Amino acid sequence: MTLVLAAIVLWMAAWWLNMRIAGSALASSHVGRVAVPLVFGLSVLAIWELVVRGLDVPQVILPAPTVIAETFVAETGTLWTDFRQTALKGAISGYVIGCIAAFAVALAIDRSMFLRRGLLPVGSFVAALPIVGTAPILVNWFGFDWQSKAAVVVVMVFFPVLVNTVQGLADTAAMQRDLMRTYSASYWQTLLKLRAPAAMPFVFNGLKIATTLALIGAIVAEYFGSPTRGMGFRISTSVGTLELAMVWSEIAVAALAGTLFYGAVTLVERWVTFWHPSQR
Amino acid sequence: MSQDAAIEANGLDLTFETGDGAIQALRDVTLEIGKGEFVSFIGPSGCGKTTFLRVVAGLEKPTGGEVRVNGTSPDEARRDRAYGYVFQEAGLYPWRTIAGNVRLPLEIMGYSRSEMADRVNRVLELVELSGFENKHPWQLSGGMQQRASIARALAFDADILLMDEPFGALDEIVRDHLNEQLLGLWEHTGKTIGFVTHSIPEAVYLSTRIVVMSPRPGRITDVIDNPLPRKRPLDIRDTPEFLEVAQRVRKGLRAGQSYED
Repeated sequence: MTLVLAAIVLWMAAWWLNMRIAGSALASSHVGRVAVPLVFGLSVLAIWELVVRGLDVPQVILPAPTVIAETFVAETGTLWTDFRQTALKGAISGYVIGCIAAFAVALAIDRSMFLRRGLLPVGSFVAALPIVGTAPILVNWFGFDWQSKAAVVVVMVFFPVLVNTVQGLADTAAMQRDLMRTYSASYWQTLLKLRAPAAMPFVFNGLKIATTLALIGAIVAEYFGSPTRGMGFRISTSVGTLELAMVWSEIAVAALAGTLFYGAVTLVERWVTFWHPSQR
Repeated sequence: MSQDAAIEANGLDLTFETGDGAIQALRDVTLEIGKGEFVSFIGPSGCGKTTFLRVVAGLEKPTGGEVRVNGTSPDEARRDRAYGYVFQEAGLYPWRTIAGNVRLPLEIMGYSRSEMADRVNRVLELVELSGFENKHPWQLSGGMQQRASIARALAFDADILLMDEPFGALDEIVRDHLNEQLLGLWEHTGKTIGFVTHSIPEAVYLSTRIVVMSPRPGRITDVIDNPLPRKRPLDIRDTPEFLEVAQRVRKGLRAGQSYED
């Protein structure tokens, strides 16, 4: 019971500390902006630890953070293998293929009214298909290894990137298009010099949404068949053998990978769309 | 049709089909603009002054009549880079620097790298924007942005400059300054300028001829030759001669209005 009481006291203390930081001059500085979420995150972990130990919560329900950390360190080799299989091979390759395909189709749609009328509605239909339905089929088609996971990711990222790109390409003012006409600019000149740069804020919206979808897709697809490695494979088998610390370690890897992936795309976005009011 | 006309319009008609019926934007517009002239178009909104400029630029197709630019059709003239067009807004691309924006038409028209650099420097100097090459548009004031857009239209050395209310969104002090600059520019480049405005003093101060237009249907109601000398200091606007021309323009505008009812 003392541990639970300690948890409550710690909670109050962290709260008080954060209120002090947020209210002080530190709040707007770099240190303050890092400190507040850091204090919050650490106190959540500490309270988690204290409550789990204090109330003797069974390992199968919720392992303590220290137990998870131990497993994480002991199993780094396995986690790395799984990360390579799922995130690098499955998610990233599927992401790249899916985004390139979406750009290509967006251009085709842009050039042809027939495709715009015909393909976009079919696209939304495909996007509405649940992944648990399509994943087993794609695993059947492309085999157990990462190729089928990449295929699932392609299906998942394709549509948001497509829709955002098509919308972005339409996002130029009449005056800007007239200007290009007064120069007798060709379709490709107008695309490269005006419409593509103007579309970038939209395109990056799609690309950012797609990062999280890619990781989810690659992990979930492994539930429907995979070689004996991969983050989704490990999670489903570890749940079966009640090794919950391992499940949580994989979740931690997934969270880290997802954050890094999203952050990397955001960095590129800031570099490409430096001119947009939201960035400058 | 004479040899040294830059722009000739003969019985131009243009009707827009809209959701609630046809709108006659231009009716029987006939006008000849000689090389080196500075012609202003003035009238209330809906009188077709902007539409006329767009027809000359080939951005709209007339439904009747004929228009020739340098003796050719507007489309051909556009392909020959016969005119530069300045819009109401500067419309600079925010992802390009000022120099990059001025370079845009040159890139499209396939100039060599060194030629582009030369021209960009020259026109930026002309509009007094040297030193701002590497700034981005949002770092400049509205007046400076509009000057950059004029530089962009001048970069490829077209003989004709079409300007659609380029200073409409600017405050009066900046506007006076730009009017003075534009007049100087016209004087030493000898370009033909078509200039849309709804400011009487601006029209009188700048032009050699003033075309008064009126709406529904858009048509020319008066063409006034401006007797003022070519050299015009800003304070010419307080002379009786200036006020007399302004009066005639005002009268023309009023006459067009009473037509309506």
